[in-house]
Amino acid sequence: MATHALSPAAIPAYRGGLLEWLTTTDHKKIGIMYVINSFLFFLIGGVFALLVRTELAVPGIQIFTNEHVYNEAFSIHATVMIFLFIIPMLAGLGNFSVPLMIGAPDMAFPRVNALSFWMLPLGGILLLSGFLTPGGAAAAGWTSYPPLSEKLAQSSPGPGQDLWIAALILIGTSSILGGINFLVTIFKMRAPGMTLFRMPIMVWTMLVTSVLVVMATPVITSALVMLYIDRNLGGSFFLPDQGGMAVLYQNVFWFYSHPAVYVMVLPAMGVISEVLPVFSRKPLFGYRAFIFATAGIGALGFSVWAHHMFTTGAVFLPFFSLMTFLIAVPTGVKMFNWVFTLFRGQLTFSTPLIFAIGFLTMFLIGGINGAFSASVPIDFALQDTYWVVAHLHYVLFGGSVFGMFAGIYYWFPKMTGRLLDEGLGKVHFVLMFVGFNLTFFPMHMLGIAGMPRRIADYADPSWTDWNLLATVGGFMIAASMLPFLWNVFISLRNGKVAGDDPWEGNTLEWATSSPPPPYNFDRLPEIRSERPVFDARHGLVAHGGHGGPVEEEAPKALEEGHVDNQGPGGPRDG
Amino acid sequence: MTADAPTMTAIAQPEGHAPAVGHARGGISNPILGMILFITSEVMFFSGLFAAYFATRANNHPWPPDVFKDILDPLGPIIVATIILITSSFTCQFAVWSIRRGDRRGFVRNISITFVLGIVFLLMQAFDYTILFGEGMTLGSGPFGTTYFTLTGFHGAHVFGGVLMLGVILYRGGSGQFSAKHHDAVEAVSLYWHFVDVVWILLFSILYLLP
Repeated sequence: MATHALSPAAIPAYRGGLLEWLTTTDHKKIGIMYVINSFLFFLIGGVFALLVRTELAVPGIQIFTNEHVYNEAFSIHATVMIFLFIIPMLAGLGNFSVPLMIGAPDMAFPRVNALSFWMLPLGGILLLSGFLTPGGAAAAGWTSYPPLSEKLAQSSPGPGQDLWIAALILIGTSSILGGINFLVTIFKMRAPGMTLFRMPIMVWTMLVTSVLVVMATPVITSALVMLYIDRNLGGSFFLPDQGGMAVLYQNVFWFYSHPAVYVMVLPAMGVISEVLPVFSRKPLFGYRAFIFATAGIGALGFSVWAHHMFTTGAVFLPFFSLMTFLIAVPTGVKMFNWVFTLFRGQLTFSTPLIFAIGFLTMFLIGGINGAFSASVPIDFALQDTYWVVAHLHYVLFGGSVFGMFAGIYYWFPKMTGRLLDEGLGKVHFVLMFVGFNLTFFPMHMLGIAGMPRRIADYADPSWTDWNLLATVGGFMIAASMLPFLWNVFISLRNGKVAGDDPWEGNTLEWATSSPPPPYNFDRLPEIRSERPVFDARHGLVAHGGHGGPVEEEAPKALEEGHVDNQGPGGPRDG
Repeated sequence: MTADAPTMTAIAQPEGHAPAVGHARGGISNPILGMILFITSEVMFFSGLFAAYFATRANNHPWPPDVFKDILDPLGPIIVATIILITSSFTCQFAVWSIRRGDRRGFVRNISITFVLGIVFLLMQAFDYTILFGEGMTLGSGPFGTTYFTLTGFHGAHVFGGVLMLGVILYRGGSGQFSAKHHDAVEAVSLYWHFVDVVWILLFSILYLLP
């Protein structure tokens, strides 16, 4: 497993030209490319969001003289953010961290890994190239319900919708191959001693996420090919006038897209479950409970899809409502895990922890306003209003995006060898946190007031104030990207050298150099708990160690596994 | 089955397993686990299509519509194609057993037969399509035609993919790249081929036999 021929000192990591990066099969480089690619699409999706918010700032038509283009803007905003930003960003963080965390030299199928990555920019180009076609890009919303997405004169006659379908099939295939790769890596590539119940929580969340991806993504592929057949080959799956069923699409679509919600949030939960223990200097409270809660969320996630379809009248309401409320149980367990990890911890408020706390608080709101929508009568009132927009952004932005920034600040030193600037990081957090709440909290009020989503204009003057506030917040979020980008730029050049283990981490990625060498490890510390690097640093036996001979071995592990891998940061205190 | 033949047990080591034992050793091999997971995803893909089929069928009366009554005859050419595909699953398994014994000649012979049977199946399906087209049944002729051609078409595409894979392992086997110890690709392709066969048996039962 350890690659003795490749010492970290002998091969400087990340050297090599463009061609080296374009052809690499190294999971770390691929992970970093995932992150960069996803961030670029985050900026693109953000531009569409700002266009939408600008349009809605005050009543009347501001910029979208053609309201069809407004439909394109919000459809592409959501599609880009979900499929080209959140899912691949988290997959990228997983790609970088999972093999390191389980002490593996790489993913199980490195070339498939590269293939998974390269499908993403291709899918993104396909999606956005819709704007160059007559009729423009897809405009039927990210859900693309038929008949709105069918090739009918009044709905989506142009090729933009076909490009959307092709792009999503491609991106979905990328996800499936990535999920298979993660599962085989996690099941087969773990280092000696790394049992399943010693794996870092991040790895566990990637495991459950990958199961969801492998089981659910093919189902949306089937929905997409049926839509494609309807549109281009004369099919009649979703055309009621020809004997098809429009609601069928919604069932097949949400059978994927609800588990996809967990694909979009579980890895972020994994990230903060790594960050919270490190920055409160305590083990995660309830490690096993957390794992079972994650598995529980994954399993329940397959039985709640129709809560997106309460108002269709075509689903069994009591069952799906009950199952949806049940999801709150394992999620609540996790909340206790996180809060009690912080409780009486020795907190250091570094940027990763601040973003993780941002996740905790915002995700809590996203959970509470989600429970409202799980209740059938309330959902009938709130369906397709801005309440839903508020809810999903509190979960996906307040949750996932804060979680992934926690991960970026946390692993940036491991990826690059340099720390991001703390001051700029805090400016970034404050701007993003305040901007986020300004943008999305007012949407609760708008939703209760009855403002429908996906409209380009509104006449009710009482909605103006909240909308204006949301637009100001939107630009504040955009502004928060400037200190972040500047931070990355200057930290790459002049940032503080991180050393192997700048945060005094728990998991194996901190036992190798920063950035890690090809194939990751020269030597591994002994793995006797879910915190092998902590054990090695303190010469401890894990799990309240029963003492005995092992205690004498542990300091040896410290020497072999830890000190040998010193990077540019020089030796550290044990 | 020789001792080194991969088994499907012990995907992960249980907790409490002696830490000194590397977790990459033993159990199922990476390519075969990868193929099983890939087949899992394919099962879910076909589940989506089957769900659409049953929903559409329940929504349309009569099924089949009167114009296409008795057009899908289970005793027509399709029964021959079905027998051919089932036979190919057997020959594929014979090939796996051959290479597990180290019998390269038997492996190449059996995979060649499987490969040819796969191509014959595809040709027969194409022939069957032309008959159906001749009788006016196409993708565009209502839910009955749409579901039939979508399901069988995607199955055919998977058979085509399987034939390509068989071609690759036939080429590799012909140049002596497989042995009793090293033949993960053969095991993986055979799993895929059996999966394609099972899907066809389900399709045949549902499309042709289900009243």
